[in-house]
Amino acid sequence: MALLKSCVRSGRNVFAVILRREFHKTAPALVQVTVRDALTQAMDEELERDERVFLLGEEVAQYDGAYKVSRGLWKKYGDKRIIDTPITEMGFAGIAVGSAMAGLRPICEFMTFNFSMQAIDQIINSAAKTSYMSAGLQSVPIVFRGPNGHSAGVAAQHSQCFAAWYGHCPGLKVLSPWSAEDAKGLLKAAIRDDNPVVFLENELLYGVAFEVSEEAQSKDFVVPIGKAKVERQGTRITLVSHSRYVGHCLDAAAVLAKEGIECEVINLRSIRPLDMETIESSVAKTNHLVTVEGGWPQFGVGAEICARIMEGPAFNYLDAPVIRVTGVDIPMPYAKILEDNSVPQIKDIIFSVKKSLNI
Amino acid sequence: MLLSVNSMQKMLTIISNVLKGSASKNVARVVAARTYADFTAEATFDVKKCDTHRLDDAPPTKSVLTREDALKYYRTMQVIRRMELKADQLYKQKIIRGFCHLSDGQEACAVGIEAGIKPTDHLITAYRAHGYTYTRGVSVREILAELTGRRGGCAKGKGGSMHMYANNFYGGNGIVGAQVPLGAGVALACKYLDTDQVCATLYGDGAANQGQIFEAYNMASLWKLPCIFICENNKYAMGTSVERSSASTEYYKRGDFIPGLRVDGMDILCVKEATKYAADLCRAGKGPIVMELQTYRYHGHSMSDPGVSYRTREEIQEVRSKSDPISLLKDRMLANNMASVEELKEIDVQVRKEIEEAAQFATTDPEPPLEELCNHIFNNDAPLEVRGTLPWAKLKSIS
Repeated sequence: MALLKSCVRSGRNVFAVILRREFHKTAPALVQVTVRDALTQAMDEELERDERVFLLGEEVAQYDGAYKVSRGLWKKYGDKRIIDTPITEMGFAGIAVGSAMAGLRPICEFMTFNFSMQAIDQIINSAAKTSYMSAGLQSVPIVFRGPNGHSAGVAAQHSQCFAAWYGHCPGLKVLSPWSAEDAKGLLKAAIRDDNPVVFLENELLYGVAFEVSEEAQSKDFVVPIGKAKVERQGTRITLVSHSRYVGHCLDAAAVLAKEGIECEVINLRSIRPLDMETIESSVAKTNHLVTVEGGWPQFGVGAEICARIMEGPAFNYLDAPVIRVTGVDIPMPYAKILEDNSVPQIKDIIFSVKKSLNI
Repeated sequence: MLLSVNSMQKMLTIISNVLKGSASKNVARVVAARTYADFTAEATFDVKKCDTHRLDDAPPTKSVLTREDALKYYRTMQVIRRMELKADQLYKQKIIRGFCHLSDGQEACAVGIEAGIKPTDHLITAYRAHGYTYTRGVSVREILAELTGRRGGCAKGKGGSMHMYANNFYGGNGIVGAQVPLGAGVALACKYLDTDQVCATLYGDGAANQGQIFEAYNMASLWKLPCIFICENNKYAMGTSVERSSASTEYYKRGDFIPGLRVDGMDILCVKEATKYAADLCRAGKGPIVMELQTYRYHGHSMSDPGVSYRTREEIQEVRSKSDPISLLKDRMLANNMASVEELKEIDVQVRKEIEEAAQFATTDPEPPLEELCNHIFNNDAPLEVRGTLPWAKLKSIS
């Protein structure tokens, strides 16, 4: 059973899971929901709840979404609320920001965040900075969402992780969900937020199913922005990660547990604001820290965590330097063997844990 | 031009001036008194025909102007003129710093557009925005105080010259061209919310070559957004003339499949009629339109540009003497007895006073308090902690 669960989480075998919605019968409290379906549900519920919410992006309407994340929405809500755009990111991101300034609540989808670079001026200069520049007169309630980071075999131009770039900028909130619950709750929170939110999904997670609690199935379920979640309690060492690599950390923890090493695994959920409090409390308990991310090492999420640990109270609790497990500092190669060795693997996490603990 | 130019009335003016000068308070001035009933209430003026692109008709070549509106436009243009000149002065005194892009010479654009749209319509422009900030409802006081970086500024000193906002006015934008997709987005909201509002989306001749503008043209046309794309062509993008920057300088045709108008941007009535025409077209759901306003700026690109290395002083002087927008309106008003010289002088005096008082405020109002430093990062959000320059500096931010 544990092996099955770990396969489901790490997505190596994608199970075709059917969403069961049998609320009128005596339903099980937990249901299996894929990350993709969780995102669709979140958007569906928010589109229904608030007429000002709408979705725009390439292929979001009639194609049901490049990755089928917006499946069924155009059929339900029509042309006015689900808008197919031409392939003009700078233009449609700007249009989305302008519409938010004038009272709507757009969800602007980038087919992948690699294409957001074409529009990054609108995200940073037109959206993120406006509330501050106008001393609060002009708000920009917008969500920019789409897959981030590497996929499988899509090579260098389609594999970059933007967590560090967007996480750098004041005026933005930056989220990076892992589980279906994260995906649904955080996306709903993002849509309801009156500020620009960058929502970094992961293509490899879309098909992965997670157990979703009854509470999380409610239409009012939101996950608070800026709060990390302890996915697994532990005592020996703290592992901090975001998005796909949370799953890798849990897998590594499962292996290490057999050797009697209990790891605490923290799922960041938010890149900006970063929940240092949760990390610091954990380090105070375990005295060891390893960060894991898919992005490049230089100026990355792990680098920021290290700097803040050093500046804060947790430094005095460390028994070893913080170890960062990151993607390799190269543009992503294509060949499978090269790609597999360009990103953190479970064995890298295990190795780092043992190095930190001096085992 | 117009009929009813009455030389008798001119004589009366001269007599009344002489008499006013020598009359004491107790002497009844029945013969010499001028009442407002002596002025023309309304006159019709010829305006230049606009060049059109993909349009079967064009804005009217006659514009009706009431005395009331004429005085209002005159005053507004004078306010903008004097405000910009005051900003020039304050900048040279180093009381204003950073960027300062002045629009003296282009007053007919701001005032004419505002006359052609409604207050419930929307407007967005680039960084040469002080005039538009005023016509969209912000006081001179708040504009100058924002330029001098004081707490009484319209953005509390946080924005400066390029980031002033008001109701239905989305700035003030620093990145060339970025405001154009934003404006199309505002227009999308107008259509989405089923209002009959339009968005006037302004950009310059320099910005006109930006790719994102063509992206906005495409989507605005595809989705029939009520967006008036307005190119303020003042012939120079910083130091680069239009001939040196653009393969096609017919900016009103650049929208290709979008109809276009080329308008005399120095004639406020021409701008007003063209804007009204464009707004009606958008309101009828026919989609966007491009309007090119041919205008001129007296100052250089910004305060750090003397403005004479890429154009001649003679050229600037010629525009000032032949095409000044305020003079053009004034001449029309006087020639048609819509106002007296004294009346206009009186307005000038009042305007100067208003600008002086605003400048006085802008130079004496205190700077924003340091406690404000981190506020307004977010809107409608719980208070948060912001890192200062040092790890121990935990600053507070409220929205």
